[in-house]
Amino acid sequence: MANDPLYETIIGLEVHAQMLTRSKIFCGCSTTFGAEANTQICPVCAAFPGVLPVLNRELVQMAIKTGLAVHGTIRERSEFARKNYFYPDLPAGYQISQFELPIIERGELTLDLESGEKKRIGITRIHMEVDAGKSLHEGIQGASWIDLNRTGTPLLEIVSEPDLRSSREAGAYLKKLRSILRYLQVCDGNMEEGSFRCDANVSVRRRGDTRLGTRTELKNLNSIRNVMRAIDFEADRQIDLLESGGTIVQETRLWDANLNTSRSMRGKEEAHDYRYFPEPDLPPLVITRERIDAVARQLPELPDAKAIRFSRELGLSEYDAGVLTSSREMASFFEETVQQGAHPKTAANWITVELLGRLNREGLEIEQSAVTPRRLGRLIGLIQSGDISGKIAKQVFELMFETEADPERIVAERGLKQVSDTGAIEAAVDKVLAENPTQVQQYREGKTKVAGFLVGQVMKATRGKANPAAVNAILQAKLSG
Amino acid sequence: MDPTQITLVQAHAMLRSRQISARELTTAFLERIARINPIINAFITVDGEGAMAAARMADERLAQGTATPMTGIPVGVKDLFCTQHLTTTCGSKMLARFRPPYESTVTRKLKEAGAVILGKTNMDEFAMGSSNETSWFGPVRNPWDIRRIPGGSSGGSAAALAARLALATIGSDTGGSIRQPAALTGTTGLKPTYGRISRFGMIAFASSLDQAGPMAWSAADAAMVLQVIAGHDAMDSTSIRDDVPDYSAHLSTRMEGLRIGIPAEYHPESLNPEIGQALDEAGRVFGALGATLVPVSLPHTRHAIPTYYIIAPAEASSNLARFDGVRFGHRCQDPVDLKDMYTRTRSEGFGAEVKRRIMLGTYVLSSGYYDAYYRKAQKVRRLIADDFHQAFQKVDLLLTPTTPGTAFPLGEKIDDPVAMYLSDLFTINVNLAGLPGISIPCGSDSQGLPIGMQLIAPILKEAPLLSAAHAFQTATSWHQRKPEL
Amino acid sequence: MSIQAETVKQVAVLARLQLDDQAVPPLVEQLSNILKLVEQLNELDTRDVVPMSHALDMPIPERPDEVVNTNCKDALLANAPDSVQGYFQVPKIIE
Repeated sequence: MANDPLYETIIGLEVHAQMLTRSKIFCGCSTTFGAEANTQICPVCAAFPGVLPVLNRELVQMAIKTGLAVHGTIRERSEFARKNYFYPDLPAGYQISQFELPIIERGELTLDLESGEKKRIGITRIHMEVDAGKSLHEGIQGASWIDLNRTGTPLLEIVSEPDLRSSREAGAYLKKLRSILRYLQVCDGNMEEGSFRCDANVSVRRRGDTRLGTRTELKNLNSIRNVMRAIDFEADRQIDLLESGGTIVQETRLWDANLNTSRSMRGKEEAHDYRYFPEPDLPPLVITRERIDAVARQLPELPDAKAIRFSRELGLSEYDAGVLTSSREMASFFEETVQQGAHPKTAANWITVELLGRLNREGLEIEQSAVTPRRLGRLIGLIQSGDISGKIAKQVFELMFETEADPERIVAERGLKQVSDTGAIEAAVDKVLAENPTQVQQYREGKTKVAGFLVGQVMKATRGKANPAAVNAILQAKLSG
Repeated sequence: MDPTQITLVQAHAMLRSRQISARELTTAFLERIARINPIINAFITVDGEGAMAAARMADERLAQGTATPMTGIPVGVKDLFCTQHLTTTCGSKMLARFRPPYESTVTRKLKEAGAVILGKTNMDEFAMGSSNETSWFGPVRNPWDIRRIPGGSSGGSAAALAARLALATIGSDTGGSIRQPAALTGTTGLKPTYGRISRFGMIAFASSLDQAGPMAWSAADAAMVLQVIAGHDAMDSTSIRDDVPDYSAHLSTRMEGLRIGIPAEYHPESLNPEIGQALDEAGRVFGALGATLVPVSLPHTRHAIPTYYIIAPAEASSNLARFDGVRFGHRCQDPVDLKDMYTRTRSEGFGAEVKRRIMLGTYVLSSGYYDAYYRKAQKVRRLIADDFHQAFQKVDLLLTPTTPGTAFPLGEKIDDPVAMYLSDLFTINVNLAGLPGISIPCGSDSQGLPIGMQLIAPILKEAPLLSAAHAFQTATSWHQRKPEL
Repeated sequence: MSIQAETVKQVAVLARLQLDDQAVPPLVEQLSNILKLVEQLNELDTRDVVPMSHALDMPIPERPDEVVNTNCKDALLANAPDSVQGYFQVPKIIE
């Protein structure tokens, strides 16, 4: 598959990310997903005669944020252009996009590979453009229906350099990019709803070759898993074709996730000639240094910086820091837990092991967790104060997950509070010693290992609530006395 | 007194002093339209009911003292300004039954000022033409000689004025479409600075060149109309933010100290000698009024037509892509598939000239030709604009002929696009540079046909432009000549 | 440069215009004449000239991100040549 000894796979990705503006890119229509067909359109986005576009300021802010987050150059002067083609869901007959002068150029993203290495992936450009509408075909006899609600939703197109070398790297790139966009709160990254879409350009070449092979463009990739599978399939297809003496044809191929295969769109698509030219209805976009600086000041801490801080300042392992910054939600869950007074390493442990384990089993995302960071932080606080043992805490955690109750309440209602009262513990120890004369004898004869059994008996007798350190000390004293 | 024979300035005074009501004025124009429009075909749609309703409201405002200078004034509007609920055809079969659910900024402003919109005037299809022969609704005839064209593309607006079917009309000008028909019909037509009047709701021909403007019987009348329709519009990203000056207040009859440039390139051999003589005479009038005539040069003038015939069709080919039969307008009968719907809809809906320009525009933008044509034209456009900026270092205004000839007979140039395009020789440059220009009558040829001259001003200098035109009209009576109908 | 009939036909496909065979020759001639006129621009040296895509040099205005439009589906669909259940209907799109 991806790791052919003779061939190397070259991948570049084009991501279309819907921006979370309230209104559309060029008009005051809502961008809410899922509304009744054609109820969120106006003469402007439906391209009636004589109407004109007016740019949404928030989109420009979001583009600048994104550009800064990927260390790109924000052009002082960029330009909108028309991309001309006919399609029923493209009402103007052209898409307003950016062509020669995109808002962002030359960015990069750093991937943390599973090998532990870091790899930089170049971002060629990021530009703003309008989304198209939707056409419905299924179940309609001899016709298609057009819903223009999505028309005019703002998109950023993020184009990577052909720097990716495997489907795994492609997957890591998409996860990283999506995480950054979510950190910035500019895109919800939902691939199923189409708010984060990806096309892949794939070519192969013999290892050692410096020239790029002929590439194909893969479309209809609606999950990261599908992107990876489609790339593997395409690389294999191209290698097989070359090995059997064939040549690769530059074409667009549609991925079919059900059949696990792709098919050529050749013959179905017209020879495209998009006839780009500068959009005469929109003057150039001029962005001042002051404006960029103002956006930069409002930029949130991004995953890479956060991970470094988590490991340097909070003492987390690089692995934990990576996991805990993999999404904005994960990072804020961790930070809120720590804010409750939980020790960072303990909190990291609880989140990466107990919480993520439970969430995984339930198929839930961290933002859907029944245990809130506030409650988890207080649970850890109860361990730290010696009110409950770590073992009891796990029990409390499961109960918290099921009942959504506060940890203190669960501990109180179920009488799980740890017993540190030496009188009560002494009584329990005396009782256990009296009931287990054989083991006491063995201990006194030098088989000190049986102490573990006796501690266990005491814990059992106190239903796990006794402070284990206190039990140990009292037991030792009595046995040696 | 026949109320259709007065000026807008006079009509406003009479309305204000209650010598006439808006209803009487409107009725007089509607009656004249009913009589004369069948001969000249200046209106595509006459909205008698809407006009009378507007007139009644105007009378109320006049009575309440809330009237503006345009309240109760009957006007005609070129049929490419979208009017809510009133058919807007753009002179095309494509939009023959299109009723916009929105209002253009120009007509909204006219309505808010209390103007009475009599109807929608005829035009070359999608404003593509210089003779008004490309209209799906038939050619407009020149009131001075109904065998001749009135010019285009705002031919209906020009002819309606010349025939006194409205007190003022609104046109649009992409390469001379206000000024050229104004010249050929003996009327006054102003193309303001690009962006001075909102393009919102004005069906686009070439977005970087299109500009609406007033057509009237005099510069003073045009100033009153401009006052109402000019100004910033948040719906148009190319709209100018600068304040609108009081144009009427700036009108003056004095021209002392004014320097008027006479560009050598605007007097080619192809210029009708009678027009040359009329221009010389106009120069003498300006001199007598105190202006100084200064020879200037605009060296790239002759490149304007080729530049225009790349840029305008390129933009048009894209602007007209939305006419696809999906959401509005014509759709062919029983399309067999999507491609059939597109090609048949567009081939049936568009006329020959529109299709020719779409073809040309598609070609010059297509891959492999973009640099050679489109980018080249955009560069030459800058050279042309720079010519003007340099000339305006030395002079305040430029004086040129508006057209190389007077109104030509119907059918004379319709099959020869290049000959037709050359009739825009003197007006196209002004659009390329985004400048304001006005055409006013300055003579007549041996057949009695009107001759127009053009004054061109720097960006946003509409006030001095109108003032110079007004001074000339105060000293001459060419603008008062009327055709016999 | 004169344009070839084949090119004219290709351009017509791009522009979604139907040309029957008899329409091609006159269009070839007219477009060739226009292109001949246009080619006089080649005599100008424009290497250092910045292309001018707008009449005036002004920056783009930006509007606040506010939803100001309400549902006007019916008014927009009223002009549609063919609409069904709130959708614009077109001949089947085959992908």
